[in-house]
Amino acid sequence: MKKNDRSREIGSFQPLPDDDRLICRCEEISKGEIRRAVHDGMFTLTEIRRYLRTGMGLCQGQTCAKLIRDIVAKELGISAGELEHTAARAPMRPIEMRAFANEGKGGELDEKQFGGK
Amino acid sequence: MKNSLEVSKMKNNSDVIIIGSGVIGNSAAYYLAKRNYSVTVLEKSVHIANGGSVRNGGGVRQSGRDKREMPFILHAVRTMWPTLSEELEMDVEYYQEGNLRLGKTETHERILTDLTDTASACGLDVKMITGEEARTICPFLSEEVTSASWCPTDGHANPMLTTLAYYRKARRLGARFITGDGAAEIRKVKGRACQVITESGEIYEADKIILAAGYESRDLAATVGIDVPMTRWLMEVLVTEAQPPMFYQMLGTAMADFYGHQSTHGSFVFGGTSGFEETNKDNGTPSATSITAPCICRGIIKYFPALENAKIVRTWGGWIDQCADHVPVISYVDEVPGLILACGFSGHGFGISPAVGLTLSEMAVDDKMTIDISQLRYDRFTAKI
Repeated sequence: MKKNDRSREIGSFQPLPDDDRLICRCEEISKGEIRRAVHDGMFTLTEIRRYLRTGMGLCQGQTCAKLIRDIVAKELGISAGELEHTAARAPMRPIEMRAFANEGKGGELDEKQFGGK
Repeated sequence: MKNSLEVSKMKNNSDVIIIGSGVIGNSAAYYLAKRNYSVTVLEKSVHIANGGSVRNGGGVRQSGRDKREMPFILHAVRTMWPTLSEELEMDVEYYQEGNLRLGKTETHERILTDLTDTASACGLDVKMITGEEARTICPFLSEEVTSASWCPTDGHANPMLTTLAYYRKARRLGARFITGDGAAEIRKVKGRACQVITESGEIYEADKIILAAGYESRDLAATVGIDVPMTRWLMEVLVTEAQPPMFYQMLGTAMADFYGHQSTHGSFVFGGTSGFEETNKDNGTPSATSITAPCICRGIIKYFPALENAKIVRTWGGWIDQCADHVPVISYVDEVPGLILACGFSGHGFGISPAVGLTLSEMAVDDKMTIDISQLRYDRFTAKI
């Protein structure tokens, strides 16, 4: 637990030449949007995720999590290690509702899925 | 000239302290900051709003509500939600496309009819419709649906964005937010609650203290000898990958097996129950269980077969601060002048949050009240005989 005063001075947003670069490819969020979110008061990776949807797409942040952490840390003037990772959520990879619904039967897909076994 | 100690003391003084940065606390902070009152919001989590406000199905629903909550939701839906994005300068993804509560059996139809009669008696535009009529409104419903209640002025919004929009705007207006240092004790001085001591030992002072910390409010209220009877229930939600735009009604079922909607992003967000909500193991963190999401999927597929191949990308859980009578406490406290309670929202807090925040801001500055709070007092709980 670390006390964090959200009114502390972090300077104003300064545009950078690579602000248009896509960082979260699933949800198409750019570096500039992530940096602006910090200046909007989103000081943790979890807040950034809820605010912008970074890491909420199909890959669930497996591609962009580290990049975002570095961008946010730099904007706040702290080391990346001080930022807690976002929570990983089940399931580990996307799964059809029909298959998930069958968990009592070991998650087997029915024959419609495989065209008969 | 002031020495540094005095300066730091002054920094910890404000007109109002709000404990909890959920949608209720942030909304109250915004309406106070808008009127130039100084506000300090204390949040225990390292994140702004890490409880029920961001683990939330997003319903903005008038139908199916206890009549004591009706003045709040009617005020919010009629005068606040439609302009909230504009007011907060951020899209909170509010849709007013109606609420369908679905039934498949005669028992379901009876439950829905009772709910509809109650809501109609409160003056709400809600009616029973047939399965065919429901399929006209939402063509993706299965043939199994035989009846539904329909409230065209209900809707949904994005709870994460709404909560953070209130935070962002309140912060811009000068409200001070401290995360990662939770309130540990409310302290009375000369009979009035006017200090909050945090876990790190910091002392904050204000004329009024609003306690809006979800289930944790119970322990904090106990530090000034007050108890709000509530428990916490684990509620779980699943999220699908983005789907093409299908429908924007808020959905529910007679048996409350699941509820949900399609978001602006395209994903469907469905909350639901396994039947073990009261007895789920408390691991100290609100994690999703293995049995609930599959159970929700089985429920959904029967009503919406078109979604059976939609992929689930995420599941999560959150705690509901479940009050003894399933209705919140929004109240002054006779024994503790200066303290205002706003807790026990029982899973109904998000939809009414703009009106509750407005109400709390009025209570905190002893202003004329827009909404009657007399039914939501902290001392309404009495023994059964």
